[in-house]
Amino acid sequence: MKRSRSHRLRLPAIALVATAALAVAACSSSSSSSGSGTSSGSSSSAALTASAPGITATTITIGSHQPLTGPAAPGYSEIAPASAAYFAYVNANGGVDGRKIVYKYLDDGYNPTTTASVVRQLVLQDNVYAIFNGLGTPTHLAVESFLNAQKVPDVFVASGCDCWDQPSTDPETFGWQLDYIREGKILGQYIAQHFAGKKVAYFYQDDEFGMDGVKGLDMEIPKSMVVSRQSYVDTNVNIGPQVAALRASGAQVVVSFSIPAFTALLKLNSLKLGYSPTLVVSDVGEDPITLSGLLESFAKQGGATVNGNELTAGIISDGYLPTLGDPGNSWIALFKKVHDQYDAKAPFDGNVLYGEAAAYTFVQAMLKAGRNPTRADLVNAINAGLPQGPFVAPSAYSPTDHDGVTGAYIGVIDNGVLKPETPVYTTDTTATGAITTVPGTQPSAPTSGIPSP
Amino acid sequence: MTMRSLSLPRILGAALAGAAIVVILSIKLNTFRDYQIAEIAIYVTAIAGLTVLTGLSGQISLGNGAFMAVGAYTTALLMLHLGWPFIAVLVIAAIVTAAAGAVVGVAAARLHGPYLAGATLMLGVALPALANAYPGIFGGDQGLNVVYTAPGFLGASFPLTRWQAWVCSAVALVTLVLLANLARSRVGRNWRAVRDDEVAAALAGVNVARTRVLAFVVSATCAGMAGALLAIITALVAPGAYTITLSIALLTGAVIGGLGTLLGAIWGSLVIVLVPTYATDVATSHGLSTTVASNIPVAAYGVVLILVMLIFPQGIQGGLLWLLRLFGISAARPSHTASTTDAMPSAGETPARPHEKEGTQ
Repeated sequence: MKRSRSHRLRLPAIALVATAALAVAACSSSSSSSGSGTSSGSSSSAALTASAPGITATTITIGSHQPLTGPAAPGYSEIAPASAAYFAYVNANGGVDGRKIVYKYLDDGYNPTTTASVVRQLVLQDNVYAIFNGLGTPTHLAVESFLNAQKVPDVFVASGCDCWDQPSTDPETFGWQLDYIREGKILGQYIAQHFAGKKVAYFYQDDEFGMDGVKGLDMEIPKSMVVSRQSYVDTNVNIGPQVAALRASGAQVVVSFSIPAFTALLKLNSLKLGYSPTLVVSDVGEDPITLSGLLESFAKQGGATVNGNELTAGIISDGYLPTLGDPGNSWIALFKKVHDQYDAKAPFDGNVLYGEAAAYTFVQAMLKAGRNPTRADLVNAINAGLPQGPFVAPSAYSPTDHDGVTGAYIGVIDNGVLKPETPVYTTDTTATGAITTVPGTQPSAPTSGIPSP
Repeated sequence: MTMRSLSLPRILGAALAGAAIVVILSIKLNTFRDYQIAEIAIYVTAIAGLTVLTGLSGQISLGNGAFMAVGAYTTALLMLHLGWPFIAVLVIAAIVTAAAGAVVGVAAARLHGPYLAGATLMLGVALPALANAYPGIFGGDQGLNVVYTAPGFLGASFPLTRWQAWVCSAVALVTLVLLANLARSRVGRNWRAVRDDEVAAALAGVNVARTRVLAFVVSATCAGMAGALLAIITALVAPGAYTITLSIALLTGAVIGGLGTLLGAIWGSLVIVLVPTYATDVATSHGLSTTVASNIPVAAYGVVLILVMLIFPQGIQGGLLWLLRLFGISAARPSHTASTTDAMPSAGETPARPHEKEGTQ
């Protein structure tokens, strides 16, 4: 009887396996074969052709991985929609050489395994031309070697890790924002000059982000000034012990290389202990609007009411893009206009500015890459150097340097905006490299809002 | 398709059919689908081990994601520092995780129900954090890079993802064959005996503690191999990939598929890998706002879980068998119904039995 039962069940079993096979096969309906990857001339009169994967006569399809959900989502999830808004503005005004940009960004929840999966989907199935502004250090590291092996341009990574600047091993990868070593140096010099004789402590995320920042700080701040070094991991929100240690060290200045959620936790935990040092926060962790929103919602969860703007006042930070507090600045005016037209539901904050500015740099690079660009043309165009664009300091792009912007100004948060206090400084990533002032003023934004070729 | 009802030739036949399907699909489909096949195979390997542990031996584990991390880090360290071939690395990873499983199993064998869940939950949360505690060895949050390429004889144009799909599917199928064979052997009978009534099993001469530890070792070994495979397909081993979410996803897959059935492990893996991708495609193609669209996959996952549990409390596999019986494909005989339910206990009923018994004494 046992035999007969298993015999009877064999047919259903085969049917089930076949169903599974069909289910997987059905997913392939969107399998694509666009783009043949042949290079063609790029004179201005040439007809628009499908010159590379992801490029057709009418569109340029690019992809990205972004933390739309999960621990890094607060604030950072606004970046990709802001980039998409700027692309929509460019598309509505003639596009890039007549092609419209299609920006497909997928959620990776800040989990490297998911990043590996969604980026393969974008490259292998959706045949994107390039990966643009992939966000996060641990997440993007999971796909950097894959993208370089596939020769997919990996442009303007949304992370300040110095690891994107490896032109010899990862020629396709380019950074964009101020790298954390330069940022640490510039913040460090300011602290050494303005808080001489005071006790300084570090609070940093225990990964490349925090450690690069500390590396830069240590290049400028004398060891004798640093009384405590506390780190956190982004999966553990209980930072009470670290804050207690900071307080016990008697530090009068705390430098924080943290993501916004942990900057807010640092501030609230300090308040709880009646500890109020001067806070110096890395650009990635200080967007005043994101930060004050987080402070208010965290405090609410704890049953307290706080005024976010009051709590962020006095925080010292740096900026490599023009400050949102200067609506008269041509770049801020441009990005505000685009934001109001295409992304009005999001607050106009530092993350939105970031997303739009990165999109602007991408359009600059695409215009330089030529009329019918291959993937290599885009990489060569960036290697040949890009105009400064929305950055306050020049960018470093060259065949031997894949870092983005090289400098920033220092400012103090006042009433929800960063007010610049110093001229723009620029430096390199070495311990001996001098920190110098950027001469002249930043070129203003084009009136059309679209970079000139 | 209860595990007991299968003879060895049938198991091998099914595995060969599975291998043929994988090869055909991997050649027919695009390279990203190959990658998804590899992902599915990895989940099958891990969930099959878990479904045997929970469904057959009646122990719950919320820590199998941590065992995957053990396998993955073993793989990364061996390939990085010693440059061993993957097959050797896979064996070592399996052995190391088996040892870890034995250690945990000895403690776990003394615990039941929520206490066991709590202990394994702690493992799932704490173990991956070791990578942050010893960044010098484990690379901290940034993790370790793993370099894995397709063998040269396949030619330079052979897609790496197809090779990865083959390797992962081969490991998954071998695991399924071994587990199916184990489940119908004396070991499997002992597991079921212990699950159903520990006292009766002990009276019948079954060493209860050893049987329970063995189930943990088997489950951990499967998770370790899955971790090794995950390391080579993502080319990176970082703690962010092995959080408690992974452990819970494995248990979810086992429950959705049908606890205690190996075919259920396949259904569960299909749901875990494919539902989020489908939901993302649907959400983005309907022009929803970003905040809504990005949460659709998470919501879809929850909806599938709730629906399956409401409609098919015994998981997809249980539901499919019920449907097949409904349409008279296999005429229901009383003995058949009984043995099907027997092979697929729900998670809740298992730990309750000893207490019921105590109450009636």
